[in-house]
Order: sequence, then C-alpha cells, then structure tokens
Amino acid sequence: MSDFTADNGPAKGDAKSSLFHETTRTKRRNAAETRFKAYGIAAIATGLFFLVALLVAILGNGLPAFKQTFVTIPVELTEAKLDKNGNRDPADLAKVSTFGYKPVVTAALVSALKAEGIEIPFAKEEDVEDILSSSVAAQVRDTVLANPDLIGETVDFRLLASSRVDGYFKGRVTRDALVRDKNLDAEHLDIADAMVAAGLMKTTFNADFIFGSDASESRPEQAGIGVSMVGSLFMMIVVLALALPIGVAASIYLEEFAPQNKWTDLIEVNISNLAAVPSIVFGILGLAVFIQIAHLPQSAPLVGGLVLTLMTLPTIIISTRASLKAVPPSIRDAALGVGASKMQSVFHHVLPLAMPGILTGTIIGLAQALGETAPLLLIGMVGFIASNMPDGITSGFLDPNSAMPAQIYEWAKRADPAYYERAWGGIIILLVFLMTMNIIAVLLRRRFERRW
Amino acid sequence: MNDMRIVRKDVDMNDTKISAKGVQVFYGDTHAIKDVDVEIKDKTVTAFIGPSGCGKSTFLRCLNRMNDTIDVCRVEGKILLDGEDIYDKRVDPVQLRAKVGMVFQRPNPFPKSIYDNIAYGPRIHGLAKNKADLDDIVEKALRRGAIWDEVKDRLDAPGTGLSGGQQQRLCIARAVATEPEVLLMDEPCSALDPIATLQVEELIDELRENFSVVIVTHSMQQAARVSQKTAFFHLGNLVEYGDTEQIFTNPQDERTESYITGRIG
Amino acid sequence: MPLLWLFILILALGLIGFILGRARALKNANGDIRLLHSLPTYYGSNVLLAILIPGLAVMVIWLILQPMVIQGQVSSMIPDTAYSDKGALNLVMSDVRRVAEGLDIAVEQGTLSHDQARDIRTELTDIRARLGAVGVALGSNVESYVLKAAQKYRTMNAVGNWMMTVAVLAAALAGFAISYMRTNKDMRARNSVEKVILGLLIAAASIAILTTLGIVLSLIFNTIEFFKLYPALDFFFGTTWSPSFGGGSELGILPLFWGTFYVSIIALLVAVPIGLFAAIYLSEYAGPKVRAIAKPLLEVLAGIPTIVYGLFALLTVGPMLMTVFGEDGGLGWMQGGRSVMTAGLVMGVMLIPFVSSLSDDIINAVPQAMRDGSLGLGATKSETVRQVVLPAALPGIVGAILLAASRAIGETMIVVLGAGAAAKLNLNPFEAMTTVTTRIVSQLTGDADFASAEALVAFALGMTLFVITLCLNIFALVIVRKYREQYD
Repeated sequence: MSDFTADNGPAKGDAKSSLFHETTRTKRRNAAETRFKAYGIAAIATGLFFLVALLVAILGNGLPAFKQTFVTIPVELTEAKLDKNGNRDPADLAKVSTFGYKPVVTAALVSALKAEGIEIPFAKEEDVEDILSSSVAAQVRDTVLANPDLIGETVDFRLLASSRVDGYFKGRVTRDALVRDKNLDAEHLDIADAMVAAGLMKTTFNADFIFGSDASESRPEQAGIGVSMVGSLFMMIVVLALALPIGVAASIYLEEFAPQNKWTDLIEVNISNLAAVPSIVFGILGLAVFIQIAHLPQSAPLVGGLVLTLMTLPTIIISTRASLKAVPPSIRDAALGVGASKMQSVFHHVLPLAMPGILTGTIIGLAQALGETAPLLLIGMVGFIASNMPDGITSGFLDPNSAMPAQIYEWAKRADPAYYERAWGGIIILLVFLMTMNIIAVLLRRRFERRW
Repeated sequence: MNDMRIVRKDVDMNDTKISAKGVQVFYGDTHAIKDVDVEIKDKTVTAFIGPSGCGKSTFLRCLNRMNDTIDVCRVEGKILLDGEDIYDKRVDPVQLRAKVGMVFQRPNPFPKSIYDNIAYGPRIHGLAKNKADLDDIVEKALRRGAIWDEVKDRLDAPGTGLSGGQQQRLCIARAVATEPEVLLMDEPCSALDPIATLQVEELIDELRENFSVVIVTHSMQQAARVSQKTAFFHLGNLVEYGDTEQIFTNPQDERTESYITGRIG
Repeated sequence: MPLLWLFILILALGLIGFILGRARALKNANGDIRLLHSLPTYYGSNVLLAILIPGLAVMVIWLILQPMVIQGQVSSMIPDTAYSDKGALNLVMSDVRRVAEGLDIAVEQGTLSHDQARDIRTELTDIRARLGAVGVALGSNVESYVLKAAQKYRTMNAVGNWMMTVAVLAAALAGFAISYMRTNKDMRARNSVEKVILGLLIAAASIAILTTLGIVLSLIFNTIEFFKLYPALDFFFGTTWSPSFGGGSELGILPLFWGTFYVSIIALLVAVPIGLFAAIYLSEYAGPKVRAIAKPLLEVLAGIPTIVYGLFALLTVGPMLMTVFGEDGGLGWMQGGRSVMTAGLVMGVMLIPFVSSLSDDIINAVPQAMRDGSLGLGATKSETVRQVVLPAALPGIVGAILLAASRAIGETMIVVLGAGAAAKLNLNPFEAMTTVTTRIVSQLTGDADFASAEALVAFALGMTLFVITLCLNIFALVIVRKYREQYD
C-alpha cells in the first residue's frame, strides 16, 4: 500500500478541471484498480484450475478401474482330476484345492489358443497361464463346488486376465516396462493381442469392482470396493441413528431451554472447539475409550460409527441450532399464547418448521463422516483384506470390515499401479455418493426454503 | 406550523451548478424516479423533501453516481455538472465523486484515527504535497466541520469513539477535506439528538459559503431552517421546486400543500 | 442374543405400562378427558418412562461394571510369575478372553457340552486343537492357569448375566408399580414427563463435554504412562526420531514439529493469498451470476474428502514436481515424489475454500456504510478494499487464518500419503519429512501393544497436537467473536 501523500501533480490544480479529462493520477489509480481486480480473478481462476485438475486426475486415472479385461474360454472340467472317486461327494470335492484346478484351467487356455491357431512361443506351454489372473483357479473351483454336476462337461468361463495384461490394454503397462518385469514377457502380450483379435479376450465393464470384495496384494484385478461400501453403510447407520437424535436434542436444549449460565457457556465453547479438533484426535479417543477400555471389537463398523458420531455431532448441532434460530419467536409466542407448555411449543411447532434445515445439516454431516479416513486408521479399519460380505445385521455391525475411504487408503499403500487405478476408481464411487448426498441436501433446502 | 421559522436569507441567483434533465431511474423493474428536471444552484442549500420512499434519496445518489454500486440500478436522462454530463462514458465516477462529496444518513467514520479519517480523501486524491501540507488540510477540514476544538487534542484517537453528533460532523469534515464543489447530504441528522442536529444545521449554513449543498430530509422544519431552495418529491415525481419560502408559504401544487400541512406523508 | 431380548422385553413392558397408565387415568376421570390435568398420553408416557429409565439405567451401569469386576477377579487368578508388567498381564487377559470365547463357540456349535466346557483340563485335552476346529485360532498352547481363568470368566459372565436380567426387570417393575399407583386424574403427568424430557435434552447437550473429557482423559492417562517410560524432556527437546519396537528408541518430537510446521506454512502460503483474493473478488467485485457459480464451485474443494487430496498428492502432484525438480531431467532437488512441497501444495489447495468462505463472511460483515463512506469520497474500489474494508476486517481475517493453520496442523491423510516418513530437520522443501499426525498413525496402526513406549508416544504426540490446535482454535474463536460483536 503506497502512501498517497506526496505524488506528482495535484489532481485538481484548477477548480474547474473537466470531468471528461482523466488526470494522470486517476489513470494510475485506475490501473491499480484493474491490477487488483486481476489478482482476484487470478485467485479464483487458480482455485477453479485446481478443482479441474483434481477432477481430471480422478476421472482420467479412475475410470479405467470400471473396466476389466476378461478371457472367455471353454474349460473342460475333467472328472479324473477334479473328482477322482467319481461320486460327486461335496466333502471329497472340497479336498481338491486350487492347485488341483490350476492345470485344468491352464490346459483349457492352451487348447483354446491352439484351436484359434495362436502360436505359443514358450518352451513350456504352461507358461502362458501368466496371462490369466491367479484367481481363476479359485473361480472355477467355486463354480464346480456350487454345482458338482458340471464335472465332466465343458463349460464356458469368463476369467479375469492378469493385472498386467489388463494394464497393457489400458495403457498402464508398456512393452518397455516389461523388460524389468518377472511376471510377464512381451510374448504374453503378443498372445494377448492375438486373443483380442480372435475374440477370446475383451475389455468390458466390471461390475465386480463396484460390488466385489477386496483381494490380496498380488491380485489387483480381482479387488472390488463392495464390502467396504457395506462397511461404510453400517457406519452411516450408526452415525445417523445416534448423531441425529442426540444432535437435535442438544440443540433444542441449548437454543430453547438453556439458561444463561456457566454450564451453558461451557457446553457452547466445547461444541465450537470440538468442531475444530483434528479428526485424528477422535481416532485416538475411539482407540482409548471404545477399544482399550470398553473392549469393543477392533475394526468393527460399530466402533467406526461411534467415533464418526462424536466427530459429526458438533457439525449437526451447529446447523440445527441455526435452523432453530431461524424460526421466528412469533411462532413460539403464538403457541404459548394459546396455553401450550414451552415443551409443546417446541415439539409441536418450532421443531417441525426447522426440520428441513436440520435434515440438510445432517446430510452434510453424514457426507463429511462418509469421507473421513484418519480416525478409522487408528481403530483398525485398514491393514486387512475386507473379503467377506457380512452375513447378517449383527455381523455387519460387529465383524471387522473396512470403509470406503479406508479401503482407498489401503489400495494406495500397496504401491502397485494396478491398485492405484483401483484407488482412483474407488474415489469416483465415493464422490458419487458424496455428490448425491449434497444434491439431496441442496434440493431439500430449495424445496423447503421458507421466507418469514 | 407555529414552530416553523422560515429563515429569510438572500438567495444568490448565481450559476446553475447541477442541472438534471429528464432523469429516470429504474431498480430492476421498479420505476423509482420519473422524469425529473431540476436545476441546482451554486452556493445554495437545496433541500429535497417528501414522504419516505418518494425517491429523494435515490435521486440524490444519482448526483455523484453512488447508484453505480447497485447492480440492478439503471439511470436514464442527463445530469450536467457545470455543463458536463456526469453519465458520459468518458467520466470516471472516482473523479466525479471527488467533486461531488457525500455525507450519509448514519455517521460512518472509518475504524481509524480521527486524523486518518480526514486525511483519507486528500491522500487518495493526492492533494497534499507533504506531511505539513496534509496536517494543514486536516486542521482546515476539521475547523470547517466545526469539530476542531473538540478533537484537536486527540487526533490519534479512533473516530468511532466519538459521540453520534461528533461522528457526523467528523464525516462532514471528511467530505469537505477533498475540496468538493458540491456536498450531498442524505438525511444527515436523522440519527442524531436535537442538540447535535442543531450543531449540524448551523454547520450546513456555514458550508453554503463555499459549496453547493444538497440535503435530503424528512423533516420539513429542517428544510425550512437550512435551505434556500426546496424540491418536493412524491412517488418518484418531482412535484414542485422553488424557493423554500414560497414552497412553505404558498405551494402551487395541492400535493405539496397536503404534505406540508401533514395530510399525506 | 440375550441382551437384545432383555432390551426388547423392557420395551414391551414399557408399552404395556403406557397402555395401562393411560387407561387408569381415564378410568379415574370416568372417561371424561376434561377432568384430567394432562392429556391422557402424558399419563401413559409417564408410566412408560418410569419403566424404561430405571430398567435401562441399571442395564447400562451393569454392563459397564460387570466386565471390570470380572476382570479384577479373574486377573487375580493369574500367577504373578506369568507376567512381568501390566502390559504382559493385558496380553494374558486377552488370551483368557479369547479362550473363553472359544469355549462359548464350541458349546454353541455342540462340539463341547456345558459340563465339558466347565471341567475341561489342559492336562487331558488339547484345547488349542479343539478350539481351532471351531474356528478360534490361538497363538500358542493354552496354559492351565489361562484355561482355569477362562472357565472362571465364563461362569462369572453367565452368573452376571443372569443377575443383570433379574436386576433390570426388578428395577423396571418397581418403576412401573410406583408410577402406576400414583396415576390419578389430578396428577401433573405432563409436568413430570416434560421434566424427564428436559433431563434427556440436557444429557444430550452434555455429550459434547463428555467427548472433550474423554479426549482429554484418554490422552492424559496414556501420556503419563508414556512419560514414565520415556523422559518428558527428551521427548520435547530431542532432535532425533527413531522408534524401534525392539527398544532403544529415540523419540524426540522436534523433527516432527518441524515437518508439521513446514508443511503448514507452505499450505498457508498457497491458501491465504488465493483464498483471500478470491473472497475479496467474490464479495466486492463479482456480479451475482459469477458469484452464484464461482462460490459453490470453490466450495466443492472443501467437500472433497482428504483421502482424495492425499491420493492427488501421492500420484499426481508428487510425480509432476519430480519432473521439474527431480533428478532425471529436472533440477535435482528432489529425491522422491513425497516431500514437504508436495503435501504443502495440496494442503494449500484444500484450504483455499476454507480461507475464502471464512474471509467472505467476515468481509461481508463490514457494514456497507463504511464502503459508501469511502466511495463517496471518490476512492476506487480497490482503495476502499485495501484501506477501509481490510483494516476493518483484519481481526476476523487473522482469526480465519489461525483456524486454517489449526486445520493444516491437524490434517492427516494428505501428509500420510504425500509428505513421507523420514523424520528430518532440514530446510529443503523438496525433501521428504514427517509430521506429528503421520507418526500418530504409524505408531498406532497394526497390532501394537499399548504398553510400549513406542506405541504410547502416539498419545503424547496426540496430546501435543490437541493442545496446540485447541489453543489456536480458542484464540481464533475469541478474535472472531470479538470482531463480530463490533459490528452487530
């Protein structure tokens, strides 16, 4: 900020200077004005640029996760290998492990390639199996165990290609990079190209990414976010069931009944401070109170939900109080005037009128809780493979599970480009949920916005 | 109307300072000012009176283009300051406002010292060559604002710490410090108590020596006390404009008469 | 699930009480509602509450106390020779619980009978194998005292559960009896129901205090534990951070502090100018249309979860910085994608909407009269903003920046993914450094036992973090509140 005192040329040398003539000083001041305005535009442009960059990064890196390369081949389920006794006894069938199924699948691949006239340039023909995901044997085995009658028949299977083959078609893996890769050779890619030409291999939409479960570190092609989505859902149920009633009750007390005293002050200061406490501190609280002291199960969505409830409460209380405050006092007076008790005036009149605002605030608080990661790390919602869907409501709340953001973090930690792609894809799903919630909140606000 | 002292003062029939021709103002769809013509004389106090919502403040704000800051406001017609159209494309409102100062309804000192409040205008317009010069300007402005004696010992104190009447005189001094040619006052006394009002009114009378003063007021008594010319606005129309004495004693239009006798308003 | 059944039973009782209470009041008034002091539902609710509150209260208190009592009883059964310190005792106790759970599951699945589970002996049976068969994997063979403790644990639990059921039902029925007897047409049922509701409202409001208390206590106790194992002076003034779970760790907080502040400062250097100018433009210059589009778009940045920013830092910004400042082809200042700069830049982006919307509010709170005064004197808009609006808004803006700083210090995911793990005292912003929050995460994830200094240090770090952010927040809130009052 320059000092305007001593500048060349007084602006108004003669009192009758024309308005139509812009003095040099005014020109200079207007230039400064334009510059200042440009800074503002630049700042907004920068902010929007970052937003666009972020979205481009998310969509560009994440959309491929929704597609997956599959190999469709007929697999002959030879009885000699899969059911030596030939009696279809489930117990006997279960004894054949995935190692027993692997040769069957590999043989099927080899014969499918031969049938299409695709050359296999390996000394050992079995080496071609690296094209397939290591999960395929288990997939075939599960199918057979579920339906033992298939044994002896030739069945068409849609099998996952390995993550590197998948990455090759998505441009993630290049032939140059394969030189350093022990798992796959350039020849595999030649075969893969030929398989695509022959129609054996296809990159299509992958519903398993959205609904499936997490997989071990070496099988990114198999990993999905479905189980952790269910984990998030159960946490959100806990948050909604606790935070909404408690938050509304607390706000009603503070806004309508609380006397002006030290205790009320203390509560208010507490709430505004809790809203700004780093989320990881809530994680420490959860770890110490719910797990160390209360011995609730680690990694359970119930605990995650409790921690997120405590974290979300201040947000909900603050927005609920704002909506209660927006209800004009005349409504309360009117109710009291016809002889309603204070409690009745609040519950019959004020609360229903404030409800849209309260719900909007709650949805926004829920969205915030849904995307929160840090506290979940401390109560153990990462570090294991969320591979099983919970088999009931109790198990949904109490069995170890992950949550969407924790699952994304877990994938990001695995330091594998195929998992990075999964992580970005997971973000897309997470953002779709958040966007939906926010849109609902906005619509709710628009629909019920009331002018007093 | 017993208490209404009509001050007989010599009205210099000198030059026209501002002349408005066919001014229309729209706020969005609302037609706020309808076809107003008025000639405002130099070194004269002109009062705009009328019931609230009649457009007198809106018209006042057109005279230094303060309406530019409102997005939905649109002005048509011509307003000439010394023969130059202030709505001409070439006119920079910043330069215009240096010539046409404004004092607002509620005293609005900046949250700075008294000195800095006064020095603000001269600084941004570059009116002072050096610190001593600026000191002179500040003192002169405070004297003209009839507040020098009260604040000369505490120029470093914040302007917001003064009483309401002092704050308003400070704001007048602040407006005077940039040496404007016209001073617009938008109900300058409406937030003041009677004693402060009296002080400000005396000040306005003194200011007439150097400036053309336009004052909007909802108090007819005040218009009668301080002005030489009076314009009566009603529902966006300029109903009657003439010498104050004539408007108050012998109104030509029956709406004016109804207003000054208290039947409408 | 007996607990659930008990809960449902209490609810059912309450419902019956509601109907009975309401009926009794009506009967007392000979069916004429006008003779009642309150509406009939209030009489019902009164009885309902008189059943639910004592019942559920007993249940909750019992559920909290029972494990403590059993824990005390059972842990006294474990010989002193079996553990060296409290941490080891905790491990043994968790074994005991696990065995007890295993026995329960075995009984449930029918592989053990009730009597077998009670009388089984390690000398005679391979417990580990038996439990392994029902899906409870144990780390080692079960010692005989563990098994005995586990059996005791089971019986005490079973007895305790029975006693709880009885006590809860007794409390509920007593509540029912008293309130039902007192129900008559002149009773002020509404007042007493409202009193209870008010009590519930107060309880809900007090949860905020309980939360803070919980945070403070859990941090303090564990921090004290930590300082027993590791001297506080070394913690606060040590310049080396090298935890090793084998022992001999050096746990100095200074390098972590430095990393935290370095990242935060870069973040603020990005966020404050951009956010502030954006706020100024939006509130002073932008037309309603631009404002209606740009403001929500900027706020989208605030709604994006931090994990997304973390990934953005790790996978997009880091590699991008590497191409400019990295070793191959770049300036050679950067060793890897993770660095203070990476995390700081991304955190800055995250904070832009935070700074801009807070400042926007604060700038808008400056009265329009102030702007009019300045514009009326012939100041340009930028002069008005710089010399009148900003000085007037300064305290509020300082408060906003402090809040942003507290956010930056407490932010976790961006630094966990973007800043790196090496604790260094270094000035190069392109080096990987680590922060307080990152270390809390790394010391507390995984199966650490909570008795070692290496795990407990996380609580001391958390305590420090909590105190710093709390001070910043309170300070900022006080400033902002003072500022608001000035223009109200």
